[in-house]
Amino acid sequence: MKVRTIVIGVILVLAVALALNSFFIVDERQRAIILRFGEAVPTTQELVGFHLKVPIADEIKYFDGRILTLDTVPERFYTSEKKPLIVDSFVKWRIHDTTKYYKNTSGIEANANQILEERVNEGLRNQIGRRDMHEVVSGERDQLMLELTTNLNEVMREETGITVIDVRVKRIDLPTEVSESVFERMVSERKIEANQYRASGTEQQLAIKADADRQKVVIEADAFRDAEKIRGDGDAESARIYAEAYGRDPDFYEFYRSINAYVSVFKDGNSLLILDPSSEFFKYLNSGSGD
Amino acid sequence: MAWSDNNDNKKQDPWAEKGGQQGPPDLDQAFRKLQGQFKNMFSGGGGDSGSSDGGSGKKFTLSPWLFVIVALVIVGIWAAFGVYTLDEQEQAVVLRLGKAQETLKDPGLNWNPPIIDVVEPVNVTKVNSLPHSAMMLTEDENIIAVDLVVQYRVANAKDYVIQIRDPVKSLEHATESALRHVVGSSQMDGLITEGREVLGDEVMSRIQQYVNEYKTGIRVSKVNIDSVGPPSAVQDAFDDVQKAKEDQVRAVNEADAYAASVIPEARGNAQRQIEEANAYRDRVIARASGETDRFIKLLEEYQVAPDVTRDRLYITAIESVLTTSSKVIVDVQGGNNVLLLPLDQLQRNVSASDAAASDTLLRTLNPNN
Repeated sequence: MKVRTIVIGVILVLAVALALNSFFIVDERQRAIILRFGEAVPTTQELVGFHLKVPIADEIKYFDGRILTLDTVPERFYTSEKKPLIVDSFVKWRIHDTTKYYKNTSGIEANANQILEERVNEGLRNQIGRRDMHEVVSGERDQLMLELTTNLNEVMREETGITVIDVRVKRIDLPTEVSESVFERMVSERKIEANQYRASGTEQQLAIKADADRQKVVIEADAFRDAEKIRGDGDAESARIYAEAYGRDPDFYEFYRSINAYVSVFKDGNSLLILDPSSEFFKYLNSGSGD
Repeated sequence: MAWSDNNDNKKQDPWAEKGGQQGPPDLDQAFRKLQGQFKNMFSGGGGDSGSSDGGSGKKFTLSPWLFVIVALVIVGIWAAFGVYTLDEQEQAVVLRLGKAQETLKDPGLNWNPPIIDVVEPVNVTKVNSLPHSAMMLTEDENIIAVDLVVQYRVANAKDYVIQIRDPVKSLEHATESALRHVVGSSQMDGLITEGREVLGDEVMSRIQQYVNEYKTGIRVSKVNIDSVGPPSAVQDAFDDVQKAKEDQVRAVNEADAYAASVIPEARGNAQRQIEEANAYRDRVIARASGETDRFIKLLEEYQVAPDVTRDRLYITAIESVLTTSSKVIVDVQGGNNVLLLPLDQLQRNVSASDAAASDTLLRTLNPNN
């Protein structure tokens, strides 16, 4: 009775252990393969969810089945015109064929990443080496990436059971020493621009001032011309008036003008006149009656 | 629960055989009893019915009961761990035995069997911000600094949880790549001057395209470009260009100001010259008419009595002249006397004198008369 109970207990424990070993669960985020005595068991579809296995004989290997990222170490590549570029890229991949994957990478992600990184760098070196700087930096980037992804995907699928979903360049930068010279060039270009603006400002300023000065001179000259004409009109008119009036009796005019002139000439009283008493004016001074 | 039932059956099958072969009858009986008790428990039979059943097999009354209670407690604890709440912002992806379920759990109180189900709650309404700033090459091989913030939320919780490891990191990579692509295909001047909105839109659509490809389940709602500008190393030079533009405007404005002050002044001067000329003209004409009118008036009188008028005018004029001026009357008729006139003294006198003094002088000089 006692021994029986113990035996039964042991059998029970073994049975439970065996039962627990006879199934496995694969998370949707994982991929798995069954190794029966170390040999991969081919499966028709992905092992996801609850599955049975042969206890003890079957070993289950789990891998991350999600899309994974390889962030490469930035590397220096040379463009077709031998310009250095620091390129930092990343690769999106996921396991496609678990058996192949396990065979080639022992199921270790780091191994897969290492293989990928070598391939990506090789691919980038080829792609960048065939293009010049402008093409790499700008327009052809999509094309470059597409080619790289396609090639890499083909190779990796075949060799390691990995699907390469995307290869992208995160950064394409110039090495520090080149950046410095780019900065210098940018500064010098800006200097040109700044000088152009300033010089153009001076140019416009001089032109506007000169134009203003010209206008001033012209306005004043025009005014002088008009003024002189007006003065001339005045002179002519007055001359006409004088001539018309004085022409009536030139003789009297001469006399009249002369005596007026005498008065005005001596008006200030500063003159000393030395007179001959025999003059017409003094004719009554010498003799009571004129002679 | 379906699984556990399943499991039980499997366990039972080989066991039943074994029991049949060599198992002692009492154990078998006990087992049956236990099953019966279980049935009673589940069919709603109270403790009484259980105890009455247990009464028949007196030997095992204690041990099955303990087993049942322990089992119930374990089940209770297990069930209790399955209760959880989801915030209004959240949805949860349920992985039942590893398989993702189609329907997502909604906010509120929820229960899922622990161990069997794995629950992954995801915040699906919160808008997250991912800032990114970097320097990069433009198409014309200049270097530019860009600061931006990507706003995103999780649109597809299932993809977010299942499809990709570290979806946010992937978004970061996508952002970096997309931004550099767009900037690398644009000219620097365009980017700095008017490209901010355009850049944001282009980058956004690219990021979305990438993260869709990576099945991140993320929806980018906005890409805000905070700043696009030259790197700090060349900032001064760029600032100087702006200053130069201002300088240009200032120079032009100064010139305009100069013109604005000079030209009206010139016009004013011109007007003054013309007015002066007008004044001159009017003045000379007026004088001419005045003078001639006077002359004509006099002439008319003169013509009436020429001799008298002439004499009168002459004498009046000479009188006027001689009255105001100093005079010396010298009779040179005799011709013999030499006359010395101290002109300088006379002049001096005249300058400080009056008519009276002149008269005195006249007398002293000409005592003969």
